[in-house]
Amino acid sequence: MAREGERGRYNRPRLSLHVPEPQFRPGDTVDFSNIPVSEAGAQARPDEACQPIETTALCYDLVRVLGDDHRAHGPWDPRLAPDELRQMLRDMALVRAFDERMYRGQRQGKTSFYMKCTGEEATSVAAVHALASDDMVFPSYRQQGILIARGYPLIEMINQIYSNRGDKLKGRQLPIMYSSRAHSFFTISGNLATQVPQAVGWAMASAIRHDSRIAATWLGEGSTAEGDFHSGMTFAAVYNAPVIFNVVNNQWAISSFSGFAGSERTTFAARAIGYGIAGLRVDGNDPLAVYAAVRWAADRARSNNGPTLIEHFTYRAEGHSTSDDPSAYRSAREREEWPLGDPIMRLKQHLIAIGEWSDEQHREMDLALAEEVKAATKEAEKNGILGHGMHHPFHTMFEDVFEELPWHLEEQADQAIRERQIKWPQ
Amino acid sequence: MASVIGDEEPVSLSEAPVRSLNMIEAINDALDIMLERDPDVIVMGEDVGYFGGVFRATAHLQEKHGKTRVFDTPISECGIIGVAVGMGAYGLRPVPEIQFADYIYPGLDQLISEAARLRYRSAGEFIAPMTVRSPFGGGIFGGQTHSQSPEAIFTHVSGLKTVVPSTPHDAKGLLIAAIEDNDPVIFFEPKRIYNGPFDGYYDKPTKPWKDHPDAKVPEGYYSIPLGKARVVREGQALTVLAYGTMVHVAEAVCREKGVDAEILDLRTLVPLDIEAVEKSVEKTGRCLVIHEATRTSGFGAELAALVQERCFYHLEAPVERVTGFDTPYPHSLEWAYFPGPIRTGEAIDKLLGA
Repeated sequence: MAREGERGRYNRPRLSLHVPEPQFRPGDTVDFSNIPVSEAGAQARPDEACQPIETTALCYDLVRVLGDDHRAHGPWDPRLAPDELRQMLRDMALVRAFDERMYRGQRQGKTSFYMKCTGEEATSVAAVHALASDDMVFPSYRQQGILIARGYPLIEMINQIYSNRGDKLKGRQLPIMYSSRAHSFFTISGNLATQVPQAVGWAMASAIRHDSRIAATWLGEGSTAEGDFHSGMTFAAVYNAPVIFNVVNNQWAISSFSGFAGSERTTFAARAIGYGIAGLRVDGNDPLAVYAAVRWAADRARSNNGPTLIEHFTYRAEGHSTSDDPSAYRSAREREEWPLGDPIMRLKQHLIAIGEWSDEQHREMDLALAEEVKAATKEAEKNGILGHGMHHPFHTMFEDVFEELPWHLEEQADQAIRERQIKWPQ
Repeated sequence: MASVIGDEEPVSLSEAPVRSLNMIEAINDALDIMLERDPDVIVMGEDVGYFGGVFRATAHLQEKHGKTRVFDTPISECGIIGVAVGMGAYGLRPVPEIQFADYIYPGLDQLISEAARLRYRSAGEFIAPMTVRSPFGGGIFGGQTHSQSPEAIFTHVSGLKTVVPSTPHDAKGLLIAAIEDNDPVIFFEPKRIYNGPFDGYYDKPTKPWKDHPDAKVPEGYYSIPLGKARVVREGQALTVLAYGTMVHVAEAVCREKGVDAEILDLRTLVPLDIEAVEKSVEKTGRCLVIHEATRTSGFGAELAALVQERCFYHLEAPVERVTGFDTPYPHSLEWAYFPGPIRTGEAIDKLLGA
């Protein structure tokens, strides 16, 4: 029985719902020739104090410094001293060596979970090289490069990953959810994008206090869909907060490609313009471009010229975490075909091209870093691995819920300790 | 410990000059004092700046303390709480206002997963010393989006403290304690009693706070410790566990019926003053739990469970609950929803008859 309303509509065109679909699925051959790769050095570099709208073109382009000739080009070349470049290379290589070992450790049952950042090392390491060491960072879960670049001891990271008795976070957090106030590194949340308005709040506080420190936050392209991202952008624009938003567009949010966050319609950098925030879109696998963009944004924020959103265009070379198998949802060829290469290889080749590095030195460095990670792992294992009883005392489970233990938690702590005595009488 | 005004400690401040204030003025006074005393205190929220808040709780504070201490925010509760978490991490002591408790839900993730968990997940490296003020409860014809009492959502979260004052005197002292507390505090202000104590008779003229003994608010700084209940009146026949507006309803009903009830104003739901609850119920043997919020999984269920777990052998009747109904707060039938004198009186009769 056709209702009256339907009769009135029968002549109109039928609607259809668009559900995004990635270009390639498992088994597909991969052709990325549709991804525009801008010429290195061809992007204009506006003044750090420019109006946000003057960055519009840069939100659709790709800031690139390192060319196919492995040389640095154009106005975004940060002209870093060879020592700093070598330090950056070393930090990135250490992150990769660390990831390799921790991934293996998880597979060997030493912990429950791990997340690599392979291919994305520049988006944290080069970015944090461009900040002051006391600028506050509000990372997401794939920025281990920040801690490593800031010199956080590997053994502390591994203690946390193993949730052992040496873990400063007392075994309370999922592996890799680090926290280090001493390194101006905010406690990582497992809930996505919550750190974005928090970074803005920290930056507002710094401005309220006439401090000189700025804040920077990282989130994936997928989590730009969260309301927190938009709240954070709004507050940052309203109060002209000294904050940098690093959107790491690694193309994949677990199994959902960036299209589910809107990449089919526009770039993530372009989100900035609507808020009245400066936006930059950079080749996230070009450490010099990442450094230059973050440095530009940091200088802008520090001189009270407001926030910047940077889209780091990169590729997640590995799975989301140890809990997923990327071959189940995307083509294994993507990693090899990725048109922007690998950040470590690119910086290595640049250093070789300018006569400041060699294959031999690189091999020696990699061997030394692997040894460094191995030694730290052995040392951390003395404090135990997950599930082997060498955790913090039971009572710590109830501490830090509040500053002081209220009666109901005291009672529950007694219960937990009683249960333990029944289970392991001695 | 700082000077305390509580029933247990009448303190030197009893000599402090006293003014008669309504609850809004008392809250404004507390904010003013804390902005003055502590440069880390920041007051922010929708319309709280120049205008002074839709209920006037922040009136003149911006004028007095400046635009970077007291300011308006975008209409984003997620943003307000999220930004407050970041400010707390910096070392400030933010006091965000959520204009109505009904609006707080977009900020829940930031409250529950972030503010409440920072201390725990960072092993004390980062804390969220914020006090989220929010007017709550019905009785002002606010309809379903300006009348809710969502306290049980927050008492269910580990890491949050929940406070509900019922008088101007307590509102000031508790708010000061909440702001000084190093844990995140949800401070629900029963907006029906902002201007006067409400006995549940919506069809009778409202009395102002002016002549009420608990509207006498000492000038200057004082705090009331969180986690301490107040004995509103002593009695032998039954114990009433109440907070917020319902303290006044319970008081009026017991007075009218001539029931020798002991009424406890819980003041803080988490941490709860369990000793005061036990002491009273063990004495009277009968317990009425009363709140305006919906019934199922309300805080009253927790209170009833605690009383039967801890005082069972003193009980002479089942614990009774008087609550709002499990419906949204209806606009036109607001007074049919509200747990007023009839519902309360019946429950008391049942308890005493058992």
